[in-house]
Amino acid sequence: MFLDGYGQQILAGTRLTIELSVLSLLVAFVIGLVGAGGKISRNYLIKALATLYTTLIRGVPDLVLLLLIFYSLQIGLNHVTDALHMDQIDLDPMTSGVLTLGFIYGAYFTETFRGAFLSVPKGQIEAGTAYGLSHWQIFWRIQFPQMMRYALPGIANNWQVMLKATALVSIIGLVDVVQVSIDAGKSSYRVFFFTLVAAGVYLMLTTVSQFILNGLEKHYSMGVREAEL
Amino acid sequence: MNDIIQQFWQAFLWSDGYHFTGVAITLWLLVVSIGFGFVMSVPLAIARVSRNKFVSWPVWVYTYVFRGTPLYVQLLLFYSGLYSLDVVRNHELLNVFFRDGMNCTLLSFALNTGAYTTEIFAGAIKATPHGEIEAARAYGMSRFTLYRCVILPSALRRALPAYSNEVILMLHATTVAFTATVPDILKVARDANSATYDSFNAFGLAALLYLCITFVLVALFRRAERRLLVHLRPIQA
Repeated sequence: MFLDGYGQQILAGTRLTIELSVLSLLVAFVIGLVGAGGKISRNYLIKALATLYTTLIRGVPDLVLLLLIFYSLQIGLNHVTDALHMDQIDLDPMTSGVLTLGFIYGAYFTETFRGAFLSVPKGQIEAGTAYGLSHWQIFWRIQFPQMMRYALPGIANNWQVMLKATALVSIIGLVDVVQVSIDAGKSSYRVFFFTLVAAGVYLMLTTVSQFILNGLEKHYSMGVREAEL
Repeated sequence: MNDIIQQFWQAFLWSDGYHFTGVAITLWLLVVSIGFGFVMSVPLAIARVSRNKFVSWPVWVYTYVFRGTPLYVQLLLFYSGLYSLDVVRNHELLNVFFRDGMNCTLLSFALNTGAYTTEIFAGAIKATPHGEIEAARAYGMSRFTLYRCVILPSALRRALPAYSNEVILMLHATTVAFTATVPDILKVARDANSATYDSFNAFGLAALLYLCITFVLVALFRRAERRLLVHLRPIQA
């Protein structure tokens, strides 16, 4: 039988790992854009806040933050709902996992986007203003597409790190592909084999994402010629 | 907060009264795995850039597999995976080695950081200016002398910024050690958490300790970079 009958569960675990990574990526992406905006902002307070966020988060291990936020998020939320005389809102592990991972990797994305925004030549923005585009149009049509070209290698790196970091969510009780393989290994007495299966799943995911990211990089560097040596 | 500090400060820093714990163990994990990783990765990086496919390909496979899978899974593989095999348990020496969580942790950490470091060094070796190598060849240097006197000193220095990044990521990665019963900072924090149910302060204290170690490492590497990369600094007008 397919993987001793654990095939379905391994597939379900893999699906959860992918869902978790993609959702966290979305959260981290948005936080990264906002954070980068904060870091290049001229407002001193906003800039200090953004710097504090990236320094603190990037200085502390992701697993420590994961446990810290995961255990404290619910308690903090309970305080808030108590103060407002509302019913308790229960966070399921998936939601807190996504929010936590997104919040952590948002700091790394902030740094990536900050560097990329600064790499877009200033003349491009001036040209946009000269054409009478609004702030939003300049951001969306001029800065964003060019910024992505510079940001993609960093995004690719962050994504691979984040994908591998999702293995840690089994520690906070999510049934991802690692947890499924631990359970399958224990009950079938083939721990080594099933851990190898989990490793294989991750290797497959990182390989596939590398292919996709290479394609994206090609798309966004349209019109750029590499130096021929 | 005070309860936790009063009860656990010693365990957080170096000892729970019986064994080394906390910061001491975390630093030990870091130093040993980085040390082994470094020693491994220099020859592997040279093999990685070799033009001989039979030499470079196995190294590529090693780095690809170890960089493509999470460290936590690798630790599980070495800690609970290998020890479940009869071959390992029936072999006297292997049995003694893999029974100890610390050994498995150090082995998996060293192999993991070795893979990343190999790629960093290989990249730096490949980026060595062609003229330097040509000059060394013109002086009649043998291959060994070329690597010892020209390529490695310059490549290892240029790799320093990326290498410092890897060391800090490794510090952050040591946190998974507690899953193999190694009593590092996070293990103490978890004990403090289950003793007091004060999650925020227990894990917050651990986060603070890690933050301090990170800052110290960053400062040390910044000094090293200033010293060792003097020749690459832009000339100030």
